[in-house]
Amino acid sequence: MSPFAFPSPPPSPGADLLRAEIRAFLASELAHRAPLDRAQSWNGLDPAFSRKLGQRGWLGLTWPKAYGGQERSGLERYVLLEELLAAGAPVGAHWIAERQSGPSLLRYGTEAQKSAILPRIAAGACFFCIGMSEPDSGSDLASVRTKAVRDGDGWRVDGTKLWTTNATHCHFMILFCRTRPLDREHRHAGTSQFIVDLSLPGITIRPVRNLLGEHHFNEVVFEDVRLPGDALLGREGEGWAQVTGELAYERSGPERFLSSFRLLVELVRALQPAADARAEIALGRLGAQLVTLRRMSRSVAGLLQAGADPALEAAMVKDLGALVEQEIPEIARDLVGDGPPTPQSRAFAQVLAYTALHAPSFSLRGGTREILRGIIARGLGLR
Amino acid sequence: MMEPVQADDAGAMLRETADRLLAARLTPQVRARAAGGGWPDDLWAALDEAGLPAAILPEAAGGFGVPVADALSLLTVAGRHALPLPLADTMLAGLVLARAGIEVPAGPLAVAQGSEVRLDHAGRATGHAWGVPWGRHARSIVVLADAPGGPVLLALPQAALTIEPGADIAGDPSDAVRFEAVPSQAAPAPFGAAELRAAGAATRALMIAGALGAVSAMTVEYAGERRQFGRAIGQFQAVQQNLAVLAGQAAAAAAAADLAAEAVAAWAASPGPGLLPAVAAAKVRTGEAAGLAASIAHQIHGAIGFTQEHPLHHHTGRLRAWRDAFGREAEWAQVLGRHLIAAGPEGLWPAITAV
Ligand SMILES: Cc1cc2nc3c(=O)[nH]c(=O)nc-3n(C[C@H](O)[C@H](O)[C@H](O)COP(=O)(O)OP(=O)(O)OC[C@H]3O[C@@H](n4cnc5c(N)ncnc54)[C@H](O)[C@@H]3O)c2cc1C
Repeated sequence: MSPFAFPSPPPSPGADLLRAEIRAFLASELAHRAPLDRAQSWNGLDPAFSRKLGQRGWLGLTWPKAYGGQERSGLERYVLLEELLAAGAPVGAHWIAERQSGPSLLRYGTEAQKSAILPRIAAGACFFCIGMSEPDSGSDLASVRTKAVRDGDGWRVDGTKLWTTNATHCHFMILFCRTRPLDREHRHAGTSQFIVDLSLPGITIRPVRNLLGEHHFNEVVFEDVRLPGDALLGREGEGWAQVTGELAYERSGPERFLSSFRLLVELVRALQPAADARAEIALGRLGAQLVTLRRMSRSVAGLLQAGADPALEAAMVKDLGALVEQEIPEIARDLVGDGPPTPQSRAFAQVLAYTALHAPSFSLRGGTREILRGIIARGLGLR
Repeated sequence: MMEPVQADDAGAMLRETADRLLAARLTPQVRARAAGGGWPDDLWAALDEAGLPAAILPEAAGGFGVPVADALSLLTVAGRHALPLPLADTMLAGLVLARAGIEVPAGPLAVAQGSEVRLDHAGRATGHAWGVPWGRHARSIVVLADAPGGPVLLALPQAALTIEPGADIAGDPSDAVRFEAVPSQAAPAPFGAAELRAAGAATRALMIAGALGAVSAMTVEYAGERRQFGRAIGQFQAVQQNLAVLAGQAAAAAAAADLAAEAVAAWAASPGPGLLPAVAAAKVRTGEAAGLAASIAHQIHGAIGFTQEHPLHHHTGRLRAWRDAFGREAEWAQVLGRHLIAAGPEGLWPAITAV
């Protein structure tokens, strides 16, 4: 009856063991980190930490062993991700590579590409960024103007990517661009994806500061950049289908509702020892939202594992998740008074400021609220 | 678009049976009869004949031994059809009576949500209860009484009750009952009042989820048919965005209700307060979804949806009634909030993953 299905997540016998293991690891690993550091989690870069995860076999958990993976279930990987985020581990360095570039390579890459790159991602030694958006192409991704043209055995790239998170820290970008001129009747046709080594000549990366003054975003300019023939990912002209497949990985994960989780932790700390009824009710409401989202998100993980294409469900999780993440700072600010400062209230205030200032991005990155709702409306048969 | 994933056979078969039966038998005439607080006896007889009210019972108590979570999923079908009959209450009463070892009476049953009951030395019950769903039609009413040895579950026979009829916001019977020195079937209950209320709340969460699925589908269909300014209103982006929100609320409610059903199933096997956080989360989330979704559905239906003739209100009225029954959002949010705050900053995440 409904075009959306969120079946019960399948059982995962290994998950509880893994959860205990990772909780123990994180308890010692993160003990010295301040609440504000923990609040950054998937925006927090710490290549040394990423390598430690790699050494434990905790990156690419579901991938074939031949490519450095562990061949474990999607649900086990889910447990790992949510534990990392809930604890506020600095996972930003490897996050995109592990979440979407690796799976894209597994799906579309050649044997040579897979065996060259996947084991390095799994080791926590190779980081990726997403080259989709451009100055004039955000929501309307099919309008990208960066182009790659055939050049002997290889390709020549010109154009500018924008909002490229972590580009300065990454080894590779998966570039989405035109390989044929825009055909107004078939706007999605003629696009392709490339694996771009960011150290190639002709690539200039410029920092763009966000409204907190932090540097995550970048502008990446391609001027006459020569790519070898084997840089093409998947098939020429199939870029659109590949990108939309990738987005299910980008949109359904626990980072889509745990961005503000550290604030909730500090809120509970600040409310103790005595919370009033108003605070209890507010926290219970948020808890109910998180519990439900977690259920939906695990359900999508189960669908991905079963080989389904839950793009609609993923869009829904991201839309609902962003609402909750953005509500948390709005609600939290009203539950803690401005009494004399204590260590708890200082930590709370810092994390609140950080989270509140980041909150506008939650319904932009990875697809805006309006675009996601358009996708859902299409799923409902309305367009 | 994805095919809905095949549920467990027993549950899917039951839901299909119920769906077909209600599609055929829950006619406008039956609804009209039920609307005045009347009792559509042929519809109940058909449900009974199909074995639906007893589906949740163990075989020893006259059921089919269907897993409890599957049997409970019938309530999503009841919700989808905005069923004006106490299927949920009969199933719940049967489940708890069987659990306490009391023979389950035939016919519609009710669980008293609020009650004050005293037991005398001979074990006779005196007291009153309010907000009893379909109380006037129930063969027996299940109440929980405090006794020195712990909570006692009682099945009060209809003949011994004085009924004061009332109605919930959807117009379904919600009665007050009084009783004095009534000899009743009684047994020690392996659970307390909070758990019984939670199990009741779970039944409402499931019905809300079912009703929201129907409301979402009806509203999408209507938006595809109704034309203004030369096109279907569903082609306007603002309307599409609202429909997307409505679908999201319905999907979240369904996921939350599944959680509640699983918690009640685990509880039926081994009672304890462990079901409270999951049911609390589900009742809060489905209650919120009900409010938001009903308001969007009415907005999109325009004036026609505001009429008696149009069927939308059968669902939206019951969404309002069900979100009020067995504890509103604030009550359950406080239960969950207290639980989470008590877990403390370091225990917060483990408390969430344990739900
Ligand atoms: C923190 C952060 C990190 C990011 N990281 C990356 C990255 O690593 N790589 C990358 O490629 N991109 C990245 N992005 C870019 C992101 O994907 C874009 O911001 C997003 O797709 C929106 O594009 P835009 O900002 O150009 O807004 P626009 O597309 O110009 O949209 C502006 C507004 O108009 C609305 N709008 C646009 N079209 C429609 C429509 N058809 N119907 C209704 N409303 C519409 C939008 O919803 C939005 O509200 C990041 C963004 C953020 C905020």
